[in-house]
Amino acid sequence: MNGTYIPLQQQPVPPQLPERGQVAMFVLIAAEAAIFTIFVVAYIFYIGKSLTGPTPHDVLAAPIFYSICLLSSSLTIHLAVKALRVGNVGIFSKWWFATIALGGIFLYGTATEWHRLIYREGLTISTNLFGTTYYSLVGLHGFHVVVGLLCLTLVLGFALTGRVKQEHAYRVDVLSLYWHFVDAVWVVVFTVVYIVGR
Amino acid sequence: MSSDSIAWPQTETAAHPFLDRMHEWVTTVDHKRLGILYIIYALVFLLIAGIEAIVIRIQLIRPHNDFVSPQVFNRMFTMHGTTMIFFVIMPVLFGFANYLIPLMIGARDMAFPRLNAFSFWMTAFGGLLLYFSLVGANGLYGAGNAPDVGWFAYAPLTSRTFSVGHSTDFWTLALLVSGFGSIGTAINIVATVLCMRCPGMTLAKMPLFAWLNLVMAGLVILAVSPLTAAQIMLLVDRYLGGHFFDTQAGGSAVMWMHFFWIFGHPEVYVLVLPAFAFASEIIPVFSRKPIFGYSVMVGATVAIGFISMSVWAHHMFTVGMSASANTFFVLSTMAIAVPTGIKIFNWLATMWGGKIEFKTPMLFCIAFLFQFLAAGLTGIMLSVAPFNWHLGNSYFVVAHFHYVIVGGILFSLFGAFYYWFPKMSGKMYSETLGKVHFWLFLIGFHLTFDFMHIPGLLGMPRRIYTYEPGRGWDTWNLIVTIGVFFQAAGILVFLGNLLWSYFRGKAAGSDPWDAWTLEWLTPSPPPVYNFAVIPAVKSRRPLWDLKHPADPDWKFE
Repeated sequence: MNGTYIPLQQQPVPPQLPERGQVAMFVLIAAEAAIFTIFVVAYIFYIGKSLTGPTPHDVLAAPIFYSICLLSSSLTIHLAVKALRVGNVGIFSKWWFATIALGGIFLYGTATEWHRLIYREGLTISTNLFGTTYYSLVGLHGFHVVVGLLCLTLVLGFALTGRVKQEHAYRVDVLSLYWHFVDAVWVVVFTVVYIVGR
Repeated sequence: MSSDSIAWPQTETAAHPFLDRMHEWVTTVDHKRLGILYIIYALVFLLIAGIEAIVIRIQLIRPHNDFVSPQVFNRMFTMHGTTMIFFVIMPVLFGFANYLIPLMIGARDMAFPRLNAFSFWMTAFGGLLLYFSLVGANGLYGAGNAPDVGWFAYAPLTSRTFSVGHSTDFWTLALLVSGFGSIGTAINIVATVLCMRCPGMTLAKMPLFAWLNLVMAGLVILAVSPLTAAQIMLLVDRYLGGHFFDTQAGGSAVMWMHFFWIFGHPEVYVLVLPAFAFASEIIPVFSRKPIFGYSVMVGATVAIGFISMSVWAHHMFTVGMSASANTFFVLSTMAIAVPTGIKIFNWLATMWGGKIEFKTPMLFCIAFLFQFLAAGLTGIMLSVAPFNWHLGNSYFVVAHFHYVIVGGILFSLFGAFYYWFPKMSGKMYSETLGKVHFWLFLIGFHLTFDFMHIPGLLGMPRRIYTYEPGRGWDTWNLIVTIGVFFQAAGILVFLGNLLWSYFRGKAAGSDPWDAWTLEWLTPSPPPVYNFAVIPAVKSRRPLWDLKHPADPDWKFE
């Protein structure tokens, strides 16, 4: 056969494989979920084990308004991706911007809360065990919000310069999976820190 | 049909200037080149960590030896363990996975080539960071240089109070950085195996190598991430004054143990599943039989993956957990012997009645089978909590896990080196040197690690830099150290064989073993694009179908 290549088989089977972007994002989310699990377990284990004050009951107040903002951003990003799937870039950009704004409001809420805790209540990461676990867990989530907002803003920049088109709906959808994850983690963090932990 | 009838004509490329070639290697996103980079990187660290092991063993060759100081001894065992796990075995296994998975599933590259390069360089910088501690860890404290807290770095040894300077920080950051690399690689492997298979290759027709590495990647995701979280906590403690592991502020040192071993035990299976994968490819080819019980092998692998997530606290029996916790971890640990035993029987049944060819890869795999069984049996002994109370932290434990890692994983890995070396380099290795390597290493391994069990049973604790004469440990330690030199000689023969064969070996041809998986369809070494035409497969042994059109596998599967 003198070195010619033999294609192996007969009739090619149409490939029915999952999309690699979605698979990779789900695996990344699994890894992130494992990281959060460890921090949540540490938070729960150390509830009430601080030797000195301030305690969560004294200083924490549930940030209900800001939480509603973050959770509703899941809805706006869903609507944005839905608009892009049918090729409506204008509506996509509006909902996408709304998502970034809601995420920004949430971050502002965290910032004011931390400012109050640090300057008025005197609680820092090294004050006591509660401070260590609280700032680590909420900070880890906040870090993920920041990363998410950077990615979202990048996409908004592309959209405003006219580079986001209908065929990118799939990629934007992958990014929205990450944002949904960040929102879902907040449900857990909120429950643990502001309900169970108090 | 002879094996070279499906060869692809070698394309001659003009020799590039040296700098250009280096630049190509540094900027490459080709899965084969990255695989080779992983492997060479791991071999360099194998030499370094091997020298550290030799230093440890020379220090312990006789009582009251003063070859190195106690401080240096602590650094040696810490660096040896950390390097071997994170910068030798994990990279070399990732290297083989990178190189072989796309070839085996009929793809042209991994799912994310650039993420692949990123992961490799993260791992590489992690290793450099760890060894940079030798230069940079003194800080202003005049403290020790390399990390000396043991590879599992128990609190409170890692606290600022007991570890001044920056050696622990280098350890933490090295593991954090290489952990990101590992997670990236794992994401890539999962996406590649699930999304990049060639037409006809259903999950049930994948080579077992791809299956086992898929489960391995899943375990990396679930195991390395907790380690990352724990390292972040340690950094918070050390740099921001946090109290996670600070018992004086209500924190818990045992928490670190849990977090570390939630990583640490699945990590053992991260390392051993690829070793199983090598054996599952090599044993059938050299027995001239298809693998026995393919679907049971897959099931057993997934079962091992699940059970391995719930056994971590068997590393902590001596800490003093509750009786119910002890019972749970005893039973879950014992349960993992069942799927592992299934695998051993399947490999034996594959060999049974086969026409076994005792080439070097097969010799290593047979030794792997026997030694891994023995390692598993001491593992069952240690899983019994009361027995563990006696032998926890003794040389019996050291002997047990080296039996797993050297006798099991490393032997299988050497088999893989010899089996796929012709594919990666295009040259055949020297069978004589391969056999010399095998026998030297086998003798050295058994001298060292068989006899290491005994001082452990006699009460010799691990991590002591010297011991009193007359406790019955002296002769055993002497034998153990003598074995190390046989192993070192074996490794040198191995490296010499690789280098000599690469430059002087005979051309191997595309399919020297008359094997059955898709990587042997490509020329050796494979071109950048792997397959000019993406193949379509109908059975688990596509090359068998091709070579035996009258009697193809797919009629019977």
